[in-house]
Amino acid sequence: MNIAVCVKAVPDSKYYDKISIDPATRMMVREGIPTVISDLDKHALEAALALRDKNQGKVSVFTMAPESALDNILEALAMGADEGFLLSDRAFAGADTLVTSYTLAAAIQAKGPFDIVITGNESDDGSTGQVSAQLGEWLCFPHIMNISALVYSENALNVTALSEDGSIDYKMALPAVLGVTRKLNKPRLTNIMGMLKAKSKPLTVLHYGDFPTDDNYLGLKGSPTQPGAIYAPKMSRKTVELTGTPEEIADRIVQELCKAGVRH
Amino acid sequence: MFEIYQVNKFKKHNMFQFFNSDQKSLQKLVREYVEQEVAPHAAEWDEKDVCPDHLWPVLGQMGFFGIFVPTQYGGPGLGLTERAIVLEEVSRHSAGLGIAMMTHDLAIAAILNFGSEEQKQKYLPQLISGEKIGGLSVTEPTGGSDFGNQNTTIEKTEEGYVINGRKCFITNSHNAVINVVTGTSGVNEKGRKMISAVIIPEGTPGWSAGRKEHKLGLRGSVTGDVICSDLKVTADCMIGKEGDGSKIAMHTIGHFGRSGMAAIALGVIRGCCEEGLNFAKNRITYGKPLTALQAIQLIIADNQVDYEAGQAMLYNATSIYDSGVQCAPEVAAAKLFISRNAIKAAERTIDLMGGYGVINEYPAGRFLRDAMAIIPSGGTSQIMGIIVAGNQLR
Repeated sequence: MNIAVCVKAVPDSKYYDKISIDPATRMMVREGIPTVISDLDKHALEAALALRDKNQGKVSVFTMAPESALDNILEALAMGADEGFLLSDRAFAGADTLVTSYTLAAAIQAKGPFDIVITGNESDDGSTGQVSAQLGEWLCFPHIMNISALVYSENALNVTALSEDGSIDYKMALPAVLGVTRKLNKPRLTNIMGMLKAKSKPLTVLHYGDFPTDDNYLGLKGSPTQPGAIYAPKMSRKTVELTGTPEEIADRIVQELCKAGVRH
Repeated sequence: MFEIYQVNKFKKHNMFQFFNSDQKSLQKLVREYVEQEVAPHAAEWDEKDVCPDHLWPVLGQMGFFGIFVPTQYGGPGLGLTERAIVLEEVSRHSAGLGIAMMTHDLAIAAILNFGSEEQKQKYLPQLISGEKIGGLSVTEPTGGSDFGNQNTTIEKTEEGYVINGRKCFITNSHNAVINVVTGTSGVNEKGRKMISAVIIPEGTPGWSAGRKEHKLGLRGSVTGDVICSDLKVTADCMIGKEGDGSKIAMHTIGHFGRSGMAAIALGVIRGCCEEGLNFAKNRITYGKPLTALQAIQLIIADNQVDYEAGQAMLYNATSIYDSGVQCAPEVAAAKLFISRNAIKAAERTIDLMGGYGVINEYPAGRFLRDAMAIIPSGGTSQIMGIIVAGNQLR
């Protein structure tokens, strides 16, 4: 069983207050901000490793990011993945979700075939929740998101997908694309032996031209979604001290809320 | 009008700059585990004075034990530096767990560096995996510093050795099952006691734990007496030969013990740095965060300086050892400096936190108690000073 896992290198949340936006490109400035594997993608990786451990096969990790994400791929290899691919090139930069999923799908097709492609439902930073389904469309694989349970049996996947008011059980033929939730599993921690073994596992950086792509679907130019205006709201506040009995203060608060349009 | 919110570029360095990429990865890996599995429980272990020895198999699986043991014996084959990284990370949250892990490693170190091939093959895998808890018993009621004046006896018999004696202030006293014990085996030609070291296998009759101490700090480990009463072991339990005990204990404690205690103290200092900074950023006085006050900034600076200086001393000493050179004076200097400054850092952090510093809901008080308990562990500050001076006076 060959499994591809797409992981995203996202800014470490401990450094969110250090993030800046380039006023010209309106893109996040990543330099100097450490990255980590997006949390849900670790659940995706765990799902892949568990399937491989039970059914034999190989787990390949794909990510599209600057070369600084090599450490994140190494972390995935240390967790137990068998090989890693980092798609890294200026030609890929500035991609929206459609183009990101296209580029990942192109690499997956080039390095495949794969029976299952797994991603986290959404990333910690963008949180669009789009890439998983888009991958399914690009690859022409059946795809389901919001997965909270997963069993492989007789060449098919039995999955439970969460819905707004419950869950739905599906049976999926392979190959398939899955978007997973936290409820699915608890990701294994990397241990020291895994960390040492990771260095000797295959890790390939794929540049533009290393796998077949259509230039019309690459990078910022190929992205139908372009960043719009970005601004930070002013955080200064007027301070007014309210005095009186608790009932008087409560009445006054309601009046102020109505004045501010919060309550009618 | 639109405004773009800009912040200054991130410039803070919080990782020792001499770490190689593997060491940086190791630190990240350990930190992730500790934040998930140790940090949420550290206060509870301290309050209840319990050692979480149920974690031993997991800690072994993570590769945290015997990290310096070569791969042929099941270890990762790294060094004293990596081991110090692990202990610093753990002790940032639970110095009590840190010393329990450190002591477990002393049994591993003694057997690895001085044991026979048979002893290594028999005991190291069990200890490295965390299947069994290890201990090293040296200190006696007559003294720890006065190592040569031990009263525990290791007497030769036809079948092996019989051991009688009592050890005190022993970490892992009540939960270690594979123990290395030192004792006297007669006198040498100069009339001085000969010290030997033996392995006490699990379940050996005559071994028992005695009084359990209620410590000021490093709670999260168990400390107490161990008693050998007509305890018989076979000849193959002797580590090295009779009379090698001094060399074994001095090397093990002098390098692995004291670098471990220095790493634990460094973790305490880092805890002071991080908790103090976090508190100062969030506590508002005079309409501003505490960080706006210069007096607080100077506390933050003093803690950070102590941390960075301690890092440099500790990881320099461990790097010397990892290069194959013995360095007991450098390790002693690191332990002396870092342990003393851990107390200062904890006092400053309590000052910074004001009334909250003496409320047990906050960790500053635990940091101070742990720092004070580190001082006599693995050798007092005065003994460390004598070692450093002795090296200079040679």
